[in-house]
Amino acid sequence: MKISYFPGCTLKTMAKNFEDSAIASLSFLGIEMVELPRWNCCGTVYSLTSDDLIHQVAPIRNLIRVKEARDTRVVALCSMCYHTLKRANKLVKEDQEKLDKLNNLMYREDVKYNGEVEVLHLLEILKNEVGFDQVSKKVKMPLKGLKVAPYYGCLLLRPAEVGLDDPESPTILKDLLESVGAEAIDFPYETECCGSYHTVVNVNLVVERAHDILSFAISQKAEAIVLSCPLCGFNLDHRQKEIKEKFPDFKSIPVFYFTQLLALSLGLDEKVCRFELNFIDPRPLLKSKHFIGGV
Amino acid sequence: MKTEISIKNIKSKFLDKVEELSEENLYACYQCGKCSAGCPSISEMDISPGEIIRLVQLGQEKEVLDSKTIWICASCFTCVTRCPKGVDLAKVMEALRQITLRKNVDYVSPWSIPKEVLSQVPQIALVSCLRKFSA
Repeated sequence: MKISYFPGCTLKTMAKNFEDSAIASLSFLGIEMVELPRWNCCGTVYSLTSDDLIHQVAPIRNLIRVKEARDTRVVALCSMCYHTLKRANKLVKEDQEKLDKLNNLMYREDVKYNGEVEVLHLLEILKNEVGFDQVSKKVKMPLKGLKVAPYYGCLLLRPAEVGLDDPESPTILKDLLESVGAEAIDFPYETECCGSYHTVVNVNLVVERAHDILSFAISQKAEAIVLSCPLCGFNLDHRQKEIKEKFPDFKSIPVFYFTQLLALSLGLDEKVCRFELNFIDPRPLLKSKHFIGGV
Repeated sequence: MKTEISIKNIKSKFLDKVEELSEENLYACYQCGKCSAGCPSISEMDISPGEIIRLVQLGQEKEVLDSKTIWICASCFTCVTRCPKGVDLAKVMEALRQITLRKNVDYVSPWSIPKEVLSQVPQIALVSCLRKFSA
């Protein structure tokens, strides 16, 4: 089975570990993720003002690319891309006037968009297309003894009309992690904002937020965090350097993209997980659990 | 500090502008406080999210637009999810930011970002930061 895949900018650079492990895992599970030709940046955030149509062009143009690829569905990995594409799609599906204006603006495109595409997140594909029980059956190395804290952040779940699970008590990441043998804890900060784009100009805000989130997970005996957004990944993983500077007693904790753990459990080579791109090296933890070999 | 509340500022163009840009009915807010209770960034704010709505209802343009609050908002949509009256506070915050940004006034100028930060943070951080904070 094939599905159109929208990577977004960061998955091609800092979050290549997310992309590589996702493509490899899905291929093993029988789904080929076909990268959309000529995709462009989705815009990262959904424009919230009523009169701003120009910022809807970027996401809608990507949906036109899906149509050109003769597909009706597109899968995204990055929470921000998922959110932006899905919300823009919903806007034009519900407002013909705005859709007409956008199509007219994009008059140079060969194809007009009419709301034919469905935007999905990889977790939805794993849950609904593959099924977590099927994932379980394909697991070669259950991640037994690994206690993880699933972290959702904001844009996967909110607002509720575009969220892929319950915004207050989501379970989808927990279900996936349990299907690969890991123990997933619940912790109250799993849906708390990491600080997002403030990491550019107000690092202190992100340090405070990330410190709260990570400390709470650690207090619940989590050995690692699991997430789905490269920006959350940056704020919770790379910013641990700044967290340590402000809170010297802070103990570092590795951060995984869920596809890295999925790939490991399916018995794929650790090379596809690209652990060298994770800031806090997760390999010592994985070695201690005998999930990877080597000294 | 004196604050003037009169028909003059309650029926001001400010409230109309905010309602037009956000497409939200600000008078629907009945000050229950759930937005402020759920806001993860509230510790950095000078005026709480619920108070911002109250001040907009009362036409207090300067106090609202001068606040740190609208720039500390991280658009996490927790408030939107919890509001019992369905007021989309994230859209209101965006409208308030846009009123200033559309006067060609940056909150963050692209060239003020240090070079080390530019190479350090992921692209999505830079794009989203500038989308929200620069004119």
